[in-house]
Amino acid sequence: MRGAAHVTRAACAAAVVLAAGACGGGAPAGGPDGIVTSSWGDPQNPLEPANTNEVQGGKVLDMIFRGLKRYDPRTGEAQDMLAERIDTDDSVNFTVTVKSGWTFSDGEPVTAKSFVDAWNYGAHLENNQRNAYFFGYIKGYDQVHPASGRPTAQTMSGLKVTGERTFTVELAQKFSTWPETLGYAAFAPLPSSFFSDRDAWLARPVGNGPYAVDSYTRGARMSLRRWDGYPGDDKARNGGVDLRVYTDSNTAYTDLTAGHLDLVDDVPAAQLRNVRADLGDRYINAPAGIIQTLAFPYYDPDWNKPGQEKVRRGLSMAINRQQITETIFQRTRTPAKDWTSPVLGPDGGYDEGLCGVDCTYDPARARKLIAEGGGIPGGRFRITYNADTGSHRQWVDAVCNSVNNALGDDRACVGNPVGTFADYRNQITQAKMSGPFRAGWQMDYPLIQNFLQPLYYTNASSNDGEWSNGTFDRLVDQANAETDPAKAIETFKRAEGVVRDQMAAIPLWYQNGSAGYSERISNVSLNQFSVPVYEEITVG
Amino acid sequence: MGRYVTRRLLQMIPVFAGATLLIFLMVNVMGDPVAGLCGERECDPATAARLRAEFGLDKPVWQQYLTYMGNVFTGDFGTAFNGQPVIELMADAFPVTIRLTLVAILFEIVIGVGLGMLTGLRRGRPVDTGVLLATLVVIAVPTFVTGLLLQLLLGVKWGWIRPSVSAEAPLDELIVPGLVLAAVSLAYVTRLTRTSIAENRRADYVRTAIAKGLPRRRVMTHHLLRNSLIPVVTFIGADVGALMGGAIVTERIFNIHGVGYQLYQGILRQNTQTVVGFVTVLVLVFLLVNLLVDLLYAVLDPRIRYA
Repeated sequence: MRGAAHVTRAACAAAVVLAAGACGGGAPAGGPDGIVTSSWGDPQNPLEPANTNEVQGGKVLDMIFRGLKRYDPRTGEAQDMLAERIDTDDSVNFTVTVKSGWTFSDGEPVTAKSFVDAWNYGAHLENNQRNAYFFGYIKGYDQVHPASGRPTAQTMSGLKVTGERTFTVELAQKFSTWPETLGYAAFAPLPSSFFSDRDAWLARPVGNGPYAVDSYTRGARMSLRRWDGYPGDDKARNGGVDLRVYTDSNTAYTDLTAGHLDLVDDVPAAQLRNVRADLGDRYINAPAGIIQTLAFPYYDPDWNKPGQEKVRRGLSMAINRQQITETIFQRTRTPAKDWTSPVLGPDGGYDEGLCGVDCTYDPARARKLIAEGGGIPGGRFRITYNADTGSHRQWVDAVCNSVNNALGDDRACVGNPVGTFADYRNQITQAKMSGPFRAGWQMDYPLIQNFLQPLYYTNASSNDGEWSNGTFDRLVDQANAETDPAKAIETFKRAEGVVRDQMAAIPLWYQNGSAGYSERISNVSLNQFSVPVYEEITVG
Repeated sequence: MGRYVTRRLLQMIPVFAGATLLIFLMVNVMGDPVAGLCGERECDPATAARLRAEFGLDKPVWQQYLTYMGNVFTGDFGTAFNGQPVIELMADAFPVTIRLTLVAILFEIVIGVGLGMLTGLRRGRPVDTGVLLATLVVIAVPTFVTGLLLQLLLGVKWGWIRPSVSAEAPLDELIVPGLVLAAVSLAYVTRLTRTSIAENRRADYVRTAIAKGLPRRRVMTHHLLRNSLIPVVTFIGADVGALMGGAIVTERIFNIHGVGYQLYQGILRQNTQTVVGFVTVLVLVFLLVNLLVDLLYAVLDPRIRYA
């Protein structure tokens, strides 16, 4: 490989002469001003804080924005960033004080108004923001974002600017851990240039983070450069980051191994076998806040009979998680032991003893439980999944094999692929699932609440199986109203116990973030959202 | 000639309308694209309704189609889900794919016709057998295998090229992808030229030309090659459309942000506007190229005349 590098350089030099810059990135400068090149995917939606709900857009927001709180890249703990103080006496009324001395990269100071205007914009129905529901806890959200009909107000009544750097928030219900949700990108402040000329802003977003956007060619690349006026203590330790859009993660990986790219944050499944040999310890495989589960259609009477939780527990025991994560995922997944994620830590509500025997492979007990529960509805079932991304086909087939082996019936379980993700989501929202289906959850913020409430609360936004349980709902309400965070987490864990007893969804495995990087850069790590911590990367 | 061209152009209208309608229906059958816009969770109903209205998805399909076609005639191809006008995507993607296609066509003409002549004139010799075997191999191996193999060898192992093409996609970076894209067609062109040449070599007019004492070179180019190229031109002409549409695999392997990439993204995200827009333009390209091929006949073979 060493010899090849010389040829590469010679070829690059020749190409540069021929096409002026064909080798991209120009001369690879090292040191504090070195530029990191990284793979990127085309963001699905326009790049606005409250409109970005996938990793690729979120990656950029994490570089160019800082909000009131920030999740520590290592512990996931919500720490004050722009917030000087967030005070409350009753978990309903909060007073927020913004630190002084912060500006956007265009020089405009970040004030209380920057936050309040941004949040009101994000919540308002007519702005079509995909993440508007994040503001749903704030009083007056119903008026700016009614479930049907036109908005009756322009701003949320629960938000009031009380000074240059202070504003008050009134929630519609008690929510003790609400301040800890404020690290999410949707809560970022926006400069006035966003409101005066949105198109220009979208063409070149301006934020208040360690990086500023230098140039942006949609669908191709974004160049970010260190913003030297950044007042925070997480200043960028490199000169900037060039994000390059790749159509296929395999090509990005090939570019990395050929020395044309510094960082890929999505090692393709097909390369997992070679990655150790190719990159050695420059391969990162770190836990992320993502869990995969099998959900059930509780709207289908066949799948919602009393006593059927035994069938679901039996199915859970019929899945050999250990084997599947090792052979198919090359240990980039960890068998699930509860319904949250290890990134929360034991203090945050992760409990590796929670699922216990119910998540342990035991074909004999699986058979027994399924028989006791009245058997699989109709004798056989299909697991629905989308076949376009995420190598879902492989693991669904493996899960079915495992279940079939355990039950001694090689036709009990088969996969049911759906062509595209959009169509798959479409069938789910129309409640058309006839059996178990793939469900994945990537946390919005590292809170146990985020792993339970949106997924299992009655009529919650991502409760796709329409599971409903009074005890669970009551416990979640109780936990949210709890002013002591430790007690709140304890109550959430009791709620999670209900999910386990009913086996509302079968937890499969936690997903890791995987990344690989070149010899040019060091100090590379992934945060809990499996996004590289770009500002810490050093070059040379 | 003028009337023939007019008639052909008029015939394009129903073909164009039919093709777009079909694509429109096919993309629409897949259901509501807004369902996939909010990631693994359901869009809240109010926002989903607003998005549907924004993209005109709340109207019946026939009405969507009519509105769409009406807009197309004013040059408005709608907006992709990321807020970019589709016409902008086209302006970025088509030049890249056209460059790639040109490189591929150039390979087909230079290497394909060249090898075809060589083997056609030396039928049964070792050269002929060798090229025959080589074309068989090229035809049998799928494009993605050739592509990935060349990428691995030239890009990673030997470092002669960059494994991926940069966003601007200059011509020199497109040589290897162009070769990969052309490979299968190139083999066909070789075989086609070979057969055609071998057949015509014994034709009366070639014998006459030689008997007249014309220089061998002139016989080859003006008499033999010109007549032998008619089927080859048909093939290459029809191939232009196929190459542009079929570049999806090649563009994916080499990270070329062309038509294939946009189409792939459009299909994955079920973005009707993108898919229909790009396919519409591809249909137009296909029709125009076919017309061009038909007109070229008359140039190559004066016996073919259009009334």
